[in-house]
Amino acid sequence: MENQPTNSGCGSGCGCHQEPVDRGGSTRRNLLKGAAVTLGAAAFAKALAPLATWSRDNLSVDDFLQQHYRELDKEQLAAVLKHLEEDTKKDYGADVTIGDHRPQKGVKFGYALNLSVCIGCRRCAEACHHENNHDRVTGNSYIRVLEMQKGSMDIEHGNAHYDHPVPHPDKFYMPVQCQQCENPPCVHVCPVEATWKEDDGIVVVDYNWCIGCRYCEAACPYHARRFNWTKPEIPKEEINPNQSYLSNRIRPQGVMEKCTFCLHRTREGKMPACLEACPTGARVFGNLLDPESEIRKVIDNKRVFVLKEELGTRPSFFYFFDE
Amino acid sequence: MNPSISTARKSEVNHHDAKFHATSYLKFLRLAFRLATEGTWTFYVWMLVLTCVFLVGAHAWATQVAEGMVVTGMTDHVSWGLYIANFTFLVGLAAGGVMMVIPAYIYHDKDMHDTVIIGELLAIASIVMCLMFVVADLGRPDRFWHMLPFIGKFNWPISMLTWDVIVLNGYLLLNLHICGYMLYKRFLGETPDKRWYVPFVFLSIAWAISIHTVTAFLYCGLGGRPFWNTALMAPRFLTSAFVAGPAFIIVVLQLIRRMTRMNIGPGSIQTLVAIMRITILIDLLMLGSEVFVALYTGGAHSTAIKYLFFGHGELKALVPWTWVSLAFMLTAAVLLMRPKVHDHLRTLDIACMLAFVGIWIEKGMGLIIPGFVPSTLHEWVEYIPSAAEWKIMAGIWAAGLMVYTLLLKVAIPVFAGNVSGKTSGIGNQTK
Repeated sequence: MENQPTNSGCGSGCGCHQEPVDRGGSTRRNLLKGAAVTLGAAAFAKALAPLATWSRDNLSVDDFLQQHYRELDKEQLAAVLKHLEEDTKKDYGADVTIGDHRPQKGVKFGYALNLSVCIGCRRCAEACHHENNHDRVTGNSYIRVLEMQKGSMDIEHGNAHYDHPVPHPDKFYMPVQCQQCENPPCVHVCPVEATWKEDDGIVVVDYNWCIGCRYCEAACPYHARRFNWTKPEIPKEEINPNQSYLSNRIRPQGVMEKCTFCLHRTREGKMPACLEACPTGARVFGNLLDPESEIRKVIDNKRVFVLKEELGTRPSFFYFFDE
Repeated sequence: MNPSISTARKSEVNHHDAKFHATSYLKFLRLAFRLATEGTWTFYVWMLVLTCVFLVGAHAWATQVAEGMVVTGMTDHVSWGLYIANFTFLVGLAAGGVMMVIPAYIYHDKDMHDTVIIGELLAIASIVMCLMFVVADLGRPDRFWHMLPFIGKFNWPISMLTWDVIVLNGYLLLNLHICGYMLYKRFLGETPDKRWYVPFVFLSIAWAISIHTVTAFLYCGLGGRPFWNTALMAPRFLTSAFVAGPAFIIVVLQLIRRMTRMNIGPGSIQTLVAIMRITILIDLLMLGSEVFVALYTGGAHSTAIKYLFFGHGELKALVPWTWVSLAFMLTAAVLLMRPKVHDHLRTLDIACMLAFVGIWIEKGMGLIIPGFVPSTLHEWVEYIPSAAEWKIMAGIWAAGLMVYTLLLKVAIPVFAGNVSGKTSGIGNQTK
């Protein structure tokens, strides 16, 4: 490079080796550059127009600045809940109550499912769909029922898309929902702590904090998490008005959601919707810390197992057979 | 730093006060701006085309944010797709630049030393693209600030994604510092002070390894996804990165040699070819090893690989991708074996392009999608990227190429010492 004359220009073909041009050319070029920049900026603004419309309609300053659920004090939380109720009225036309149900002391929830009596009717999945205000278009539910081949416990041989009268004599049925793991991979991977395990064992999501990266959905071994690919659609009259911040309030677009063992019911002493819908009594729910509870009796007396035990997730959801 | 520039020799005293830097750095930025905005018609047309593609992508992204990610081909079964595929590949491209840094700084390869900035700038452009792909994949990009340490909630150290945020942004800053410092010193016509760049260069070498290792850990740490849950993932990531990175740089070096007066010695390409010849074979060996273990053992680990290569019943969406990738890689490996392939530029360029596309498929669609097919409950749902995803992908690549073009446009003349604060009287030379 040393041998090259210094006035040879930059070598990048930018024209800087040229003889100085007259002032008029320079002004003209600057004008052209200015025009190009203006045009480019205008085109960019036009390209991003849907974003501006969306944020105007869906994103207030308060929404944008809202802190994490666990950082909110009582007054802030009350304001958020009121705001969410108003939004539901505005967007869906429904009058709803959004509460903040906290874990009860001395309670740790467990769930057990009797595979001997489950008939695969999928009424639990349907009850979940309605209870939790799921999107009507996709028919979403936190429960998937697998039709299993007798002679194998491997879900590799399961089928979630059966379409014939149940129960089929050669099959048995295994509903799968969030296992509320003691060691939940979904919680570990979340980059923003938008999902965590509560004191009563329920893994929850702050729908107003989740950034929608879907890492938790990749990490969950039980297909328990769902993403809101678009804004949920529910007719006004079908909306369940008894809602809670961490559970069944209508979720915003672009965030994760999951089964919360119906915490808006169970933390008030009621049973989960899926249990109440079950026609065969296959489902047993209760407090694992209470030695007299039905769930404890099942765990103590039946030969129970958990799904994918080898992964070390330690589910709070148990399966058992009667005989 | 080799003081090959005559102006650099003259100035031994590099101590300036803050006031000096305040004025001369502004002049440096002004020069950079001019270098980046003036060029030949080829340059203007190239930038115009990239701008148009970028705008199409920007519009598709804005629509995706407004209408939701329902506009993509992703589902609850295959919840990551083209964006994360490209992200993974581009982390590798960013790390691949280190294959120039190591020979240049550790082995003092002179030709490599003169061209190393091309690899460092590639790292900057690639990381910019990575960050854009991550943002494109977010359901709620408006909540991006939740991920900022101290301001939001940063789930460090348990979430691997927070590690990735740290290493990727750290790598970006390191390379910005190294390139920025070198160019500014060249602009001043001074010899760079070793204390201000050598420690950062060595840190960046280790850091380059870390970005692709951490990115592999994102996937291979998930016990629920048998296809990803392999200890071979990080080594495979690095090896393929050291194929794709050099492949891209070899082509770029030839383009620069043709289009500018920058001195590209033969040593750079020879060294990069030597690296590729080895890494591509190791990459194929590791692929074969994984395929053997999966297929010979059978069971849960084999299902996704069987789907990848042969499909599952009627479901064969990935099969063409997989075989194209394998064919490209094998052909590239054979072509690279040609003796003195660095003298046969057409063979070399074909090999580089085949290897680049082959790895793009392997580290993209071929890696991300089989992690989700079949799903964790063994449901078979396929994934085909939607038009919106292709547009956004094209837009981000266009943005990355724009960034790379502009960086090179500034760096090449400054680095070659053809324009500087000393010789030009700043700005008078270029009108």
